[in-house]
Amino acid sequence: MIFSKRLIAFVAVLVATTSLSAVAQEETTNDFKAFLSNLDVHGFYEIRSGYRTRKDKYEKDMSIMEQRLQLDLSSYLDWADFEVKSDIIGDLVEEQADFDLREAHMFTSPLEFMDLKVGRQILTWGTGDLVFINDLFPKDWQSFFIGRDTEYLKAPSDAAKISLFSDLVNLDIVYTPKFDPDRFISGQRISYWNSNLVRLAGRDAIQRTAKPDRWFRDDEIAARLYKNINNYEYALYTYHGYWKSPGGQNTAQTLAIFPDLNVYGASVRGNVGKGIGNLEFGYYDSHDDQSGKNGNINNSELRFLAGYSQEIGEDFTAGLQYYVEHMLDYSQHKNSAPSGLTRDRDRHLITVRLTKLLMNQNLRCSLFTYLSPSDKDTYMRPNINYKVNDNLAVELGANIFFGDYPSTFFGQFRNNTNIYTAMRYSF
Amino acid sequence: MKFPSTLTITLVFSAALFAANAPNPPEKITDVETIVNKANLTAYYQGKDGKAKVKMTITDKKNQTRLREFIILRKDIKDGGDQKYYVYFLKPADVRKMVFMVHKHTDIKKNDDRWLYLPGLDLVRRIAASDKRTSFVGSDFLYEDVSGRSLEEDIHELIETTDKYYVVKNVPKKPDSVEFSYFNVSIDRKTFVPMKMEFYDKKNKLYRVIESKTVETIQEFPTVVKSVVSDLNTGSKTEMEFSNVKYDINLKDIFTERYLRRPPREAMR
Repeated sequence: MIFSKRLIAFVAVLVATTSLSAVAQEETTNDFKAFLSNLDVHGFYEIRSGYRTRKDKYEKDMSIMEQRLQLDLSSYLDWADFEVKSDIIGDLVEEQADFDLREAHMFTSPLEFMDLKVGRQILTWGTGDLVFINDLFPKDWQSFFIGRDTEYLKAPSDAAKISLFSDLVNLDIVYTPKFDPDRFISGQRISYWNSNLVRLAGRDAIQRTAKPDRWFRDDEIAARLYKNINNYEYALYTYHGYWKSPGGQNTAQTLAIFPDLNVYGASVRGNVGKGIGNLEFGYYDSHDDQSGKNGNINNSELRFLAGYSQEIGEDFTAGLQYYVEHMLDYSQHKNSAPSGLTRDRDRHLITVRLTKLLMNQNLRCSLFTYLSPSDKDTYMRPNINYKVNDNLAVELGANIFFGDYPSTFFGQFRNNTNIYTAMRYSF
Repeated sequence: MKFPSTLTITLVFSAALFAANAPNPPEKITDVETIVNKANLTAYYQGKDGKAKVKMTITDKKNQTRLREFIILRKDIKDGGDQKYYVYFLKPADVRKMVFMVHKHTDIKKNDDRWLYLPGLDLVRRIAASDKRTSFVGSDFLYEDVSGRSLEEDIHELIETTDKYYVVKNVPKKPDSVEFSYFNVSIDRKTFVPMKMEFYDKKNKLYRVIESKTVETIQEFPTVVKSVVSDLNTGSKTEMEFSNVKYDINLKDIFTERYLRRPPREAMR
């Protein structure tokens, strides 16, 4: 598997350089003039503030308090498109100024049947709605839980995406030369269940990690083979890399680690009745613990998702999903995990999305709910967004966590329940 | 902001594509089905493909305005049959670069297929079929206005033939499925461009009017480049202007996931 991963990476780089050198003969000065005259500048300025509704002794009361300026610069030449999107953030919670380069990439179609996008980019595939199985591109769970725009759930990848198209089937290959983990819950902004301390923790116990970070050795490769047949979208996926959020810890239990992970999956999406239905499945091979005997490393899993969405009234849509994570070596997990910390074999999750548009579609009310009957926990995301005019939008929302137990996926966040408001000026 | 159904797209585009191959001087046609079929074919299927930049200005009764701007591409699969539409949003800023795509099916038993691409998330979303009589992107145009409405849905009656227009009355076969009791269309006798549509409510009171304000001839096709819909109940109106209209641009099949994720140059400028 390592061999094929390297091989594909090599081919990717080769193809990229060949196609680039072919077009590099253009007159540089003319290109530069064209580049500048085609330059397009957009973005937004935003103020967002939020507070915890419950006292959390491990975190600040402010859940979010920031100003953000996003600049989106794009331009093009005959042979390629370019985009740089960056955020400058003044963050009062972490008391720092921050710069987040969201995108910086070049896109070109060197051949009729081939697209190439190289650089920092946001990547998404798969059929789930805020549930991901075969999409192993980095997520920013912290942003998601503290009430940033949903767009920020996707963290950027530094990668090359090669897409090949044919009448028979299409293929996407994404090569990430150095592992891009999730922006996971570390305790910095969100308190969490710390299994070593056997209690909730936060800024007092920020997770330290040992992250695979060697260029071209600790790499990731993801591929999707897909085809549209009568507008039913079929896809096969594979991923070779690491658990994106810490999937275990070292034997001394001092560092969170990102064990090897291979994923194989499939999905289908299309019209069902009056709505859209989707099915997705994935086999998570926790490669560093294939027997399931290592209590410090995530068990292998099967993951399955079924979803359906439909318009149920005027400007009113509803979506329902059922998702399950099934541990494959459960008895081993049970034997090896520290007592009292075993999970259920299956984690069942139901999601419900309700979205209603009002006032000439300038007011959007939405509620997204995750509900786990097995973990007995719930996460609700109500949001109201009003467009005052074509540039200005105001927003009010909350992240509400409930749970019977302090160690379950959403239950651990119950002290992080927060309410937030935002104002965004887009240009 | 919400995204359009095929019907609205058809409406938007057909307004641009309303064109004629009518004889000159126009003969007087008395068969209503011939008139509506001719207007329908002219409206939906002129040229094998086309492109236009569309600017919509929504003005509410308080005189506050909102702007929508997008580029629309259309390709016919079969004259009088299935079509594909691609809409690339330019304005307002918060929806810039979003793409809406429709594979329209004329078979009434088959739902249209619709996609939305959200560039910030690199997300390709499938959209469930929507109510055909709701607003398109918050404007006064509905999903199913003028030309989006299947001819099979109404009973047509030629109520008047003036020097310039055929006036056709359309009464829905299923009155409960719509909010109007009937609508009249004034079709230009020479070009077959519908110049005015008037909708009457259940009490037979006029409440919506759609007018073609400016018609230009582009590549020999008479083309509505400016139309206005007025909602007499809410006092709101929406003006739609077309520019850069081009027909028969030899569009390849850009109506796929590949081009949703990376809009073709034709769509962007």
